[in-house]
Amino acid sequence: MKIGSSIGLPLGEPTRNAFGEALADLGATEPRLVVVDGDVGNSTRTEVFGERFPERFFNVGIAESNMVGVAAGLAASGHIAVTASFAAFLTCNAYDQIRMAVGFPHTNVKLVGSHCGISIGEDGPSQMGIEDLALMTSVPGMTVLCPADGASARVLTRLMVEREGPVYMRTGRPQAPVVYAAAPELAIGRAERRREGGDVTLIACGLMVAAALEAAAMLAAEGIEARVLDMHTIKPLDVAAIVAAARETRGIVTAEEHLLDGGLGSAVARVVAREAPCRMGFVGLDNTFAMSGKPDDLMDHFGLNAAGIAAEVRRVLGA
Amino acid sequence: MPTAPASTPDTQALEAMRRQLAAWSIRMCARAGSGHPSTCLSASHLLTGLFFGGFLNYDVARPHWPDRDRFVLSKGHGAPILYAALAELGAFPTADLMTLRELGSPLEGHPNARRLPWVEASTGSLGQGLSIGLGMALAARLQGRDFRSWVLMGDGELDEGQVWEAAMAAAKYRTANLTAIVDRNGYQQTGPGDQVLPLEPLADKWAACGWAVLTIDGHDWPAVLEALTQARSAGRDRPLAIIARTVKGFGVQRIVDDPGNKFHGVPLLGDAAEAAVREVLQG
Repeated sequence: MKIGSSIGLPLGEPTRNAFGEALADLGATEPRLVVVDGDVGNSTRTEVFGERFPERFFNVGIAESNMVGVAAGLAASGHIAVTASFAAFLTCNAYDQIRMAVGFPHTNVKLVGSHCGISIGEDGPSQMGIEDLALMTSVPGMTVLCPADGASARVLTRLMVEREGPVYMRTGRPQAPVVYAAAPELAIGRAERRREGGDVTLIACGLMVAAALEAAAMLAAEGIEARVLDMHTIKPLDVAAIVAAARETRGIVTAEEHLLDGGLGSAVARVVAREAPCRMGFVGLDNTFAMSGKPDDLMDHFGLNAAGIAAEVRRVLGA
Repeated sequence: MPTAPASTPDTQALEAMRRQLAAWSIRMCARAGSGHPSTCLSASHLLTGLFFGGFLNYDVARPHWPDRDRFVLSKGHGAPILYAALAELGAFPTADLMTLRELGSPLEGHPNARRLPWVEASTGSLGQGLSIGLGMALAARLQGRDFRSWVLMGDGELDEGQVWEAAMAAAKYRTANLTAIVDRNGYQQTGPGDQVLPLEPLADKWAACGWAVLTIDGHDWPAVLEALTQARSAGRDRPLAIIARTVKGFGVQRIVDDPGNKFHGVPLLGDAAEAAVREVLQG
């Protein structure tokens, strides 16, 4: 990925890899931890856990509905059950199982959807999870996480396992630009301010955090100072950080590798409309599936990049 | 009191309890003005035998006892007879049964595990219980406990693909502590199951998935008790499916004689309910 390169962010590990390794490390100290796989453990990286703890790793085949139900049964019997597949297949194929067996009874199941967004590239739209945030935030009581880079993915994996109740975390396929130093101090539900600025606030998640930092650098050259928030927790949202952004800057632009329907931008807009109305802009997929292509080309095509964010900022500020 | 497995269940006492649970199911749905009494009646021997015949190792005084057997009512619309059984076991007063489906009552239309501690899994979206029961069976193995996992399923919900995903996975993991009981009453919402989506040869399907299979008359006490005994017996290396041929609305002739299954999801009301209660208690 070229995201982040214009401001010198080095490429780090993919968030899926960071999750997989962090999960395996947690397995050594948390005996209740079990993993249920839908035969994609080498893609989601739960295989690292499976290799170290084979007796606590269940590959139930390409059957996401059953996979979620089995995880729920394990969780209902005292385990912390992590179950992972591609974000698209996990959240779309097994949505009702997540609703019935995870959300409704509030079981201790941790859902991890890999290959989120369009940055998976060549495999194309059928493999791209572009609606997972909308689906998972629609489950009452669900916590929804979207790490920006490897270091934050490791921390959020630990926080996810430690948190009681249902959690969904999305991870990505490509190498992610490094946004954080090792082991940042993160808290679920607390946005991280990655850049100060008084003119506009960029609220991003996942890879778009690096893109937002790039956009902020572009805008600074035009005399626009952007605050950048990494909203790694989509639910519960950091309402205070959003309200502060609305009051202290002249507008908010959200950026996400997701449909505009029901994602980060929708969630932020609800807070803004209710608590502190301000001008808003949205960067994301607008009512469209993507297509096959190289990840960078796709991100550029759909405006999921620094230029796209900067253009939306100029529109919002009337600049 | 834990209902530890008994050596010789008292069939007469079981039949009396079964009739009581059937009567409760009809009364509860009549009081609520909605519900699925006919599916409760078809499962009445199966559920009564399991809960009151000493097969389910369970103690209502300790609903979170880690070694308890797990019972999952996958056919969640059969909730009334489960609630009746729990009340008769002393989980809560039988008078509470008449709050079925009322605002504020934990006896919801379909089982809600967050509202009622004796409910192991929230059900009502068909086809999901076997997966959850499988997870519980795997947990027993991981934790070195010898509890069993029982899943009562409707035959209609076997239309759902998830059931067969779970069946294959259970065979892979050789969960001999998992028993699926299929209430094969032959009817689903819009009519006879063999017209909606043919399931036969059903025993072959389970066997092909790697399960041990018993096909029984689900209203014959000796057959039901023998099947439940086999479910508990050691030495099997795979999960067991008990296909119980049953009659929807068993014990209430008016429902049994209805070829169109128009009583699915329809309670008997008023005088009809009272007559049905008399019929199941005395008939």
